[in-house]
Order: sequence, then structure tokens, then C-alpha cells
Amino acid sequence: MDFLTLFVVVPVLTIIAIVFTKDQKQTRLISAIGMGVQLLLAIALVFMYLAERKAGNTSEMLFSHSYVWFESLNIHYNIGVDGISVAMIMLTGIVVFTGIFASWTVDFLPKEFFISLIFLATGVFGFFISIDLFTMFLFYEVAVIPMYLLIGIWGTGPKEYSAMKLTLMLMGASALLLVGILGIYFNSNAGGGALTFNILEIAKVKIPMEAQRMFFPMTFIGFGVLGALFPFHTWSPDGHASAPTAVSMLHAGVLMKLGGYGAFRVAIFLLPGAAQEMSWFFLILTGISVVYGAFGAIFQKDLKYINAYSSVSHCGLVLFAILMLNKTALNGAVLQMISHGLMTALFFALIGMIYGRTHTRMINQLGGLMKVMPVLAVSYVIAGLASLGLPGLSGFVAEMTIFFGAFQHPDLFHRILTITAAASIVITAVYILRVVGKILYGPIENEQFLKLNDARWYERISTGVLIIAIAGIGIAPLWLSDMINDSLNPIVHQLMQVLIK
Amino acid sequence: MNLESFLLMRHEIMLTLALLIILIAELSTENKKGIINLSIILLFVVTVVGFLPTPEGSLFGDMYRTSHLTVLMKNILNIGTLILFFQVAEWIKKPEYHNKVSEFYLLIISTLIGMNFMISSGHFLMFYLGLELATIPIAALAAYDRMKNISAEAGIKLILSSALSSGILLYGLSMLYGTIGSLYFTDMSVAFMNTPLQILGFIFFFAGMGFKISLVPFHLWTADVYEGAPINVASYLSVISKGAAVFIFTIILYTVFHSIAPMWKNLMYVIAIMTMTIGNLFALRQKNLKRFLAFSSIAQAGFILLGIIDGSALGMTSIIYFVLIYIFTNLGAFGVVSAISVATGKENMDDYDGLYHTNPKLSLLMMLSLFSLAGIPPVAGFFGKFFLFTAAAHSGYYWLVFIAVINATISLYYYLLVVKAMFINKNEMPIAYFKSGLTTKIGLLMCVAGIFAIGLMSPIYEFIRMFSIGM
Repeated sequence: MDFLTLFVVVPVLTIIAIVFTKDQKQTRLISAIGMGVQLLLAIALVFMYLAERKAGNTSEMLFSHSYVWFESLNIHYNIGVDGISVAMIMLTGIVVFTGIFASWTVDFLPKEFFISLIFLATGVFGFFISIDLFTMFLFYEVAVIPMYLLIGIWGTGPKEYSAMKLTLMLMGASALLLVGILGIYFNSNAGGGALTFNILEIAKVKIPMEAQRMFFPMTFIGFGVLGALFPFHTWSPDGHASAPTAVSMLHAGVLMKLGGYGAFRVAIFLLPGAAQEMSWFFLILTGISVVYGAFGAIFQKDLKYINAYSSVSHCGLVLFAILMLNKTALNGAVLQMISHGLMTALFFALIGMIYGRTHTRMINQLGGLMKVMPVLAVSYVIAGLASLGLPGLSGFVAEMTIFFGAFQHPDLFHRILTITAAASIVITAVYILRVVGKILYGPIENEQFLKLNDARWYERISTGVLIIAIAGIGIAPLWLSDMINDSLNPIVHQLMQVLIK
Repeated sequence: MNLESFLLMRHEIMLTLALLIILIAELSTENKKGIINLSIILLFVVTVVGFLPTPEGSLFGDMYRTSHLTVLMKNILNIGTLILFFQVAEWIKKPEYHNKVSEFYLLIISTLIGMNFMISSGHFLMFYLGLELATIPIAALAAYDRMKNISAEAGIKLILSSALSSGILLYGLSMLYGTIGSLYFTDMSVAFMNTPLQILGFIFFFAGMGFKISLVPFHLWTADVYEGAPINVASYLSVISKGAAVFIFTIILYTVFHSIAPMWKNLMYVIAIMTMTIGNLFALRQKNLKRFLAFSSIAQAGFILLGIIDGSALGMTSIIYFVLIYIFTNLGAFGVVSAISVATGKENMDDYDGLYHTNPKLSLLMMLSLFSLAGIPPVAGFFGKFFLFTAAAHSGYYWLVFIAVINATISLYYYLLVVKAMFINKNEMPIAYFKSGLTTKIGLLMCVAGIFAIGLMSPIYEFIRMFSIGM
């Protein structure tokens, strides 16, 4: 078996092992071991990848393997990674691992919970290693459907409504995506070759412009819905707010990144002509996402809703950067995906932990937590600072790169949008500082809170790993952005070719 | 007739023999359990023998044809019926059916023979005979619970509406015969001239088949009959009977009516959209699971049309593949409903609240089947649907595919309602834990195996692809 397939096999084996566990303790232990192995694999992958590149391997995808699946349709189980997918796999590894520890105390149907959670992770890992549109689409749907059960069974608040809304909107998006993928497939023989789902093969073909014009919006919106593209973002706040902690972490941290990743890997990379033509329209939409999400966050009172809207804003920024269609901005987009993934996972983990103690997420009922649970409170501050882009943490690197790239467009339209989007950082500062000031530093609202304890060991693992990752990227961003940069060349090359013609 | 010609008709002859053996057993023994087991064994043998390699050829002056394609289709129907026989055993052991056990098997096997003849036909008369043989016994089966008004009503409704549809179909055939002068498939495909009368004849034929496959607007009998008929009969109607009709419909459209393909494709386009959408919209509000599955099966028929509309070997492959998957999937869903109904008599969605906490295995199977019906990976339904959509996109029907996928999303909503009932809803008095018998378990396990394996195993798809034909 090849190395990359392990990323699908390990979770599946973990699931099978969980089926045979007897109680909650065994279940979570097995889950932690399985996902720990997965994290180690991800770290190993990063080093293996860097070593390969250093050794001078310049092929687009490394460790790639292809197995024939449905021969007559030319569908392959085709996997491989470049710097971007390696970074995303690393992110997923971290978030899933910490997610297991954040749900250490789930006691209602624990087996089913961890099985669904890891099943979801399987889909995400599979998505990031695929370079075949069919497998990619398959894994995308695998990642979406467990959300329904996870939110519906273990969620809080109007969970059934949120779960249904989220599932249907994402599945509706996959309707557009499916048509887009089939459209690309049936135009992939434009150069005279055979029909193929292989992304690298399709990239070599110049798909006719009429087809591009039809299928670019479908693919982009299809993935964009998952990346909270305005006006299709409405599933996100409800879904995040109702989901149990680990699911919010995974969903905001990783699943929404599927949208951004797919948008440039499929929509931009394979349909560059239409991307150049139509980017203006979607730029406006993503610009609205960015600003609207930030404003939305200001007016919320529930911690989870604040974070959910801030996710809309930050993920909007990812799509915004992708649509700038130049190397720097794309690099920033990937950095932002990783930075936001880590930071939002930390946020949701902390909110879950605070909620588990105080049984409320309303800011006006919380206060003075710094005195009661200093570790959690400090972590919250760190997450907040990363979110508003403080230098030295990951958020700063990502946002700087994005706006730097966006400003390379000299025309008025892009300038105005960039300035507007950049202004959202100020709004972010407003809502982050307000929350931090109120819930952490204000007077203790409730005498009961004095009895609460600070983070337990499993919670420290969860937050610690995430903080290390955030600070790591913030302090030493170059190795990551270099790794991403090389892999952006094919995409940028595609986009440039269109312009030259 | 020499021995070789017998071999060509192997499926029909085997089934007829099975039928006769059951009939003799019925006359000579009072042991009902024995008859149930005997039927299962006989059908098992028939199914296995059906897979032995067979020559291609035709009989009775090309009235009857056999090819690898038809053999494949018949085998698929046999497998489905075998699963059904496993699932039926426990239900039919109930005391109220004691005096009519063997009738059930006799009638089912008769219809299966009819379907086999229908699929193998090379002449419209043969086709019509097969069709009638496949339909009339089912009406008797629908009224199997004769003492229940609703079942008797279902029988009457089925017989009346299929008589009407057969009449329409026959009228269409007579027009075609009047203008062409022959009912042989081969003659007709050559002599078809697109005169108005011929086209009218074709439309009548189309409408008649629409009844059998329950396409909108010919679907009105479906929900009532499914609700009234015993669950296992409804499940037979929804998979085997429908599957057979789809098979022969596709073959006839591809071979006989290929010269007016652009016309029936337009017709198909509209009917596919109507069938999917109306089936789905009505399914949304159903509380009775039998009615629910009835409307869901109407919607599924709409998806199948996406394969037919392509008109190439790709389309036919995806149809056969989808029907195969659909048989396992729908029998899984019906199997669970049947098992619960036999044990507790409950058939409403509300009764399923909290089922997971008492009967986790059944709930999981139900969830798998529903996900497969909705087309969620990694279960087989995803592959079936994906390839149907691929087939339609192959002919450039992208908007049709789009509408279909939106419909698949709508269908996901109501399938999730059942999942929600089983897994999420709270219930003070959920259906108590019960144990199913061995045969039911085998029947359900076969479905599970099929739901998981058929999609992931591409050789099955490639095997079907080998024999599929296009226009």
C-alpha cells in the first residue's frame, strides 16, 4: 500500500476498532490513539515532502499513485500531494487530534459520536489527497453527511433545524458541484485525448470558453457554499452554534477549508479562462462576506455565534484572496485557511470548555473568568489576538500576505474592494476585544463561577497543541509559505496563459 | 425443438419447473414450513443455474430472443426475488395466512416467468403476453390480505388501472401494426416511418409503460396500492416489477424506436422532471412509511429516465447498474419496515421515534438503505446515481442533471426525517426490542452486503458494461 492511502485506512481501522470497544473510556482512548497516529503520519508527511523537494523532485504531485477503478469511465483512485495539500493535511491532523481531546467527556452514545467524528475526518483526509475529481467529490460528500447526525444527536439549541439546514444547503451545493464536475469531465477531451477525471490531465487541456463560462460559476459556487460565500453562508452560523464542540472545531477549522481548497484546485485551476472573466462578480460577493461577517459578529451575544460569523468573515477572505488570481494572494489564501483553521478550532474548543463549566455562552452572563480559570482565559486571549491579526501569530502573516497580493492589482475596482476588506480587520478588533474584555476581565457575574476549576489535562493537550501551532506559524512563517509557494506555480501558470492569449 | 433450444429458454423453464414442484408439494403435504423452505431452495437453485454460461439465439421465428444482456437482466430479477423470499418467510408464517402460503409463491413465480418472457421478447405479442402474466397475478397478491378492506381495495385498484394501461398500450400497438404490418421488433425498427398515426401509437405505448413504471402523470395508483397491499408485495412491486418494466422499456426504445429518438428524448425530458419533482414533493409529507416509500420509488423512477435519455451503451449500463443497486437498497428499506410490521404491526414514521435505542441494528440498516436511496457515499446508491447523471450529461443534458441533483437533495430531506425519527427523536415508548428470525436476518444481511459492495466493486459495473447496447 502506498503512504498516502494510510490517511484513509488509519481512520477506517480506528472506526472498526471503536465498534468493538466496551465503554466510553476505551472508546476515547482508541480514538485518541488512532488520531494520534494520524497526526504523526501528517508530521512525517511534511518532513518527507520537504526532503523530496530538497532532493530536487520537481513533479507537481508527490507520492502519487493511481489505481484503476471504473475503467470504462476512466475513473481512477488517484492520489498525490503538493505543498498545499500537505499543509491542509497537517492542519486536519492537528484539528482532529485536538477535537478528540475536546470531546473527552462526551458520555451520551460515545461510540457513535467518535465513529461519526472520525468518519467525517476520513472524508476530509481523502478529499485532500485526491487528484481525481470523482474521488474528490465522493470524499466531499462523505465529509458532509455525518454532520447531520453529529449536530442532530449531540448538538445544543435548535439542533434539528440547524442540522437539517446545514446538510441540505451543503448537499444542494454539491448539486452544482456535480454538474460542474461532469461538465469538466465531458470537456476534458478537447485536446483530442480520452475523457478523464484526473485534475493534472485536465489542466493540460484547454476547455472551450463556452463550457468554462457555464461550469465555472457552478463549481465555484458549489465549493463556495462550503466556504461561506455570501449569500449562501446562512447554514454556517446556525450549524456552528448548534454543533457540539469538536464538531464546530472540525467544521469551522477544516470542513470550510474544503470549500477554499476546492475552489482553487478545481474551479480556478481547471477553468482559468472563466475565472479571469468572472472573478469580479464573485469578488463582490466575497467582499460582502468579509464585511458582513464581521458586522454580524459585532451584534451577537452568544460566543459561538460571534465565532461563527467571524468564520464567515475569515473564510470569505480566503475566497476573496483566491479570486485575486495572483501568486501572493493565493499564498495568503492558503495561509489564511491554515491560520483560521487553527485559531477557530482553538476558539470553539475554549468556548466548549467554558460552556461545559458555566453552562452559558451568553456574554452578558459571563465575566471575570481570568480570575477563575487563568489557563483557559489566556488561551482565549491568544486565540483572539491571532484572530485580529497581531504580529507574531499566524493571523498576521496570512492577512498581510493576502492584502499585499490584493494590492498588486492597480485598478480602482480591486483597490476599493481591498481597502474595504482590510477595514474588516478593525471591526474584528472591535468584537474580539469587546468579548475578551467582558468575559475575561470584567467583574465576576455569578458567585457560582468561583467554584469552577481550570483546564484539565485533556483540555490542556487540546489547547496547547493548537497554541503551539498558531505561534509556530506566526514566528516562523517562511518554511510554510515557501512550501505553498512552489506548489502554486502550476495554478499561476494556468492563469497567466489565459492572459497572454 | 431440439435440446439446444431448451437451453435458450433455461430461465423460463427452470421457473416453470419450480412452480410445478411447489404446486405438487402443496397438494401432497400440509407442512407449510416445508413449502416455504422449498420455495427458497428452488429459487436459489434457479438463481444459481441462471448464472451458468448460455448461448445467444432466438426461438419461435424470432418471437423469443435470448442474449447475454437479457440473461443478465433475468439474473438480477432472480436475485432480488430470492432476497424477497428470505424476507417474506417470517411474515407468511403468521396464522392468518396458513391456508394460502403456497399461493403467494406460485403467484410470485408466475409473475417472474412473465417478466422473463417480456424481457426476452422479440415480438410485441410475446411482449404483451409476458406483460400480462407479470401483472395480473400481482393484483391477486395485492389483495392477499383479502379480509382487510384496504388490501382488497388495493387489488381492485391495481387490476383496474393496469387493465386500463394495458388497453391503452394494446391500442397503441394495434395502430403500429396497422401502419407497419408487422409486430416483430426487427421489422418495426426498419419500417417505422414517423407518420402521425405511428407516433400516436408510440405515445400510447409510452403511456402504457408509464403506468407500469409509475411515471408521472401515470402514477396515481402507486401510493394507494402500496399502502393497501401487504408490505412484501409492495416491495416486490417497487423493485422487481418496476425493474423488469424498465429493462424492457429501455430495450424497446433503443432497438425499435431509435428512429424517433429525438422525439422520445424530449418527452422523456419533461416526464423525468415531473416524475422526480412530483414524487419528491408528495413524499415530503407522508407519515405512513409504505406511502412514503411509494412516493420515493416514483421519484427514483424519474432518476432512471436520466439513464434512458442518453440512448448509448453508457446509459443502458447505468440503468441496469442502478436497478441492481436499487433492488438491494429498496429491499433493505422495505425489509426493515416489514420486519417491524411483522413484530409489532407498526408502520408509521412516528412509531419509529427512538428506534435506535431499542433496535440499533435495524435502525442502522434502515439508515444505510435510506442513504443509499438518497445517493450518499460510500454506499452503493451514490455510484448508481452518479453514473445515471453521467449518462445524462454525456448527451449534454446538464440542466436536467442539475434539476435531478436538486431533487436528490430534496429527497435527502425526507429520508433524513426517518433517520431523525430513529436516532434523534425522543420517545417514552419506543418499539420494544425484538428478535428477527433467521430467514429475515439472511434477507437483510444480503441487502447490507449489496449496499456496501456493489458500489465499491467496479468489476460489477464493467461486467454490465460488457453486455450493454446503445442505439
